[in-house]
Amino acid sequence: MARITLKNLKHAYMPNPVNDEDWALKELNLDWDDGGAYALLGPSGCGKTTLLNLISGLLTPSHGSILFDDHDVTGLPPEQRKIAQVFQFPVVYDTMTVYDNLAFPLRNRGVDETTVNKRVLEVAEMNDLTATLGNRASGLTADGKQKISLGRGLVRTDVNAILFDEPLTVIDPHLKFQLRSKLKELHTRVPNTMIYVTHDQTEAITFADKVVVMNVGEVVQVGTPKELFEEPHHTFVGHFIGSPGMNVLDCEVKNGHAYIAGKRIATANKASAKAGKSEIGVRPEFVKFAGRGLEARVVKVSDAGRFSVVEADSAGGRVRLLVDEGGTIPPDTAHLEFDPAATRIYTNGWLAGREGQP
Amino acid sequence: MALELKNVAKKVGADVHIHPTDLTFEPGSFNILLGTTLAGKTTLMQMMAGLEKPTSGEVWFDGRNVTGTAVQKRNVSMVYQQFINYPNMSVFDNIASPLRVARLPDQEIQSRVGEMAELMRISAMLDRRPSELSGGQQQRTAMARALVKDSDLILLDEPLANLDFKLREEMRDELPRLFAERNCVVVYATTEPTEALLLGGQTAAMHEGRVVDLGPTAQIYRHPSGLESAKVFSEPPINLASASVKSGWVLLDEGVSWKADKGLADGTYTIGIRPHHVSPVRQSSKSVVVEGKVKVAELTGSESIIHFHAHDHPWVSLSHGVHPFETGRFARFYADMSKCFYFDSGGHLVDLSSAGKAA
Repeated sequence: MARITLKNLKHAYMPNPVNDEDWALKELNLDWDDGGAYALLGPSGCGKTTLLNLISGLLTPSHGSILFDDHDVTGLPPEQRKIAQVFQFPVVYDTMTVYDNLAFPLRNRGVDETTVNKRVLEVAEMNDLTATLGNRASGLTADGKQKISLGRGLVRTDVNAILFDEPLTVIDPHLKFQLRSKLKELHTRVPNTMIYVTHDQTEAITFADKVVVMNVGEVVQVGTPKELFEEPHHTFVGHFIGSPGMNVLDCEVKNGHAYIAGKRIATANKASAKAGKSEIGVRPEFVKFAGRGLEARVVKVSDAGRFSVVEADSAGGRVRLLVDEGGTIPPDTAHLEFDPAATRIYTNGWLAGREGQP
Repeated sequence: MALELKNVAKKVGADVHIHPTDLTFEPGSFNILLGTTLAGKTTLMQMMAGLEKPTSGEVWFDGRNVTGTAVQKRNVSMVYQQFINYPNMSVFDNIASPLRVARLPDQEIQSRVGEMAELMRISAMLDRRPSELSGGQQQRTAMARALVKDSDLILLDEPLANLDFKLREEMRDELPRLFAERNCVVVYATTEPTEALLLGGQTAAMHEGRVVDLGPTAQIYRHPSGLESAKVFSEPPINLASASVKSGWVLLDEGVSWKADKGLADGTYTIGIRPHHVSPVRQSSKSVVVEGKVKVAELTGSESIIHFHAHDHPWVSLSHGVHPFETGRFARFYADMSKCFYFDSGGHLVDLSSAGKAA
């Protein structure tokens, strides 16, 4: 187990990076506490796999360093970093029994059989594999095999961290729920530093105490699930997390306050006088129809069962809001009210007042 | 050009994959097959396409029996969960291939491919090879190819299942528009109730090789014919509990009771209450308290799904917002029983609407 520190870390796949977009991973400083459950969340191409490979040692960074408990491991190859990894596809020896599969990482390192037996039984119990220990792995379903892979990731006691790279990709959507919950439970029982990479918000947010959200090679927020929902630090976070995502509306800023078509919109933060593109961010959950407020025209209603997603056009752009089942939806023109505590000004994408700080 | 399944069934050895099924899909209709994995959605679609022959029954299209007609001789497009592209062709040529086979003029090919690529947000990638695209872009290329020609029947088997979450959200918003002006029959299989609702159209709810409910999608959700249909149409799973009704009161094993709706006869029932009517905060005066031990807290980013056990029965609560719950702790939930379904011993929905109950 170890605390992981990323210091001025950045990476480019090309030899002489010049522009911002030449970097697959832009400069990053992060501290991951020993024993924490973290997720790296972002769309494909955001740099999360690059970051994961830098930590595991499959890649050497072009700049900066990686420390495990203040020990610089930047130059160390993967096998010397003591990291366990669980991949998208199950890595299982079909001809071996479930027991031997779980024992493999330990036997490979010369661990004595008494200890091997003790650990295998513990890990099997955690992963609901006890009953199948004597079976061959070849007959198992994809999720059964992935449970073995998870078990193999957890079986060693000498690792600095366990990395999960989209581990539920091959799992049937209906079984994902079980494994998502299992992973969370495993972390409470194995207090190891765990880093979980995914593009799936539910997986990331269910698993992690802290989520690192990435977009185009850049970390845009590090926060608890509650923070990501309630106070996105970047419009990307608001859009990417939550369904539907946060509304982002064009606005003007005068004396720190936001205006849409000359109408003042109450917000939780103030914008500095600094020039830049100003927008208002408010999640659909915090918008409602009211007798007064921003004028808008209802253009689409989608019945999602327990609520309807209503889309309305305003002077600031398209606004989505949620109306619970049975609620009244005005037929045409209406007024929208934003909850001021959940409405914020963003400058060039970043939360006004803390630009560039994830 | 309607598609009709007449008493179609499929057996493999002694296993019944599809029980005798009758279905009619009208031209211009959007039809959803909703059910869990192995409910029979794919088998049913393959029989519609002509990729599988029914063991008994007939498939009719446009008033003709096409049961024995090979898929190549039918004007059918299929999109699968796992997409397939020609690796040595550009994205443009991949999408254009069915139009070239149909010998369309170049100008029309250009405009149709361009239009489809724009819709699928891959316009900038038309000159690339599939291998240079992300997984999601490859899937959209395959989808564009399937949809670019004017097929009479378009079958989509969980086409969004492998896409990124946000992309899935956008695509399911755009898909109905894509078919709105076509006169073809569209059949769309999914395991996700929310996806079915947002796509609209009509839904056939499937369970273990049978169509257990059929009708306009929102109507089936609000008035399921029975227990199986209600189960298929709830994600997370609908809460079910055995209830006894006596002297005007409903009593659950969980020790919870409330005043019975008018018209509900004494006896035993299964009640079904959807997770969003079980909330950490009181939603209505008809809410009853259900207490339980929290097993798992799942957070989706904007919603919280809390699984708990009350008297050893599993319950699920779904609410807006992110509410971290500590597992292993006892917590109090409020179930709005004015929103629950009553199913009789045969699993049929008890209709209380005549007694003034809103379902």
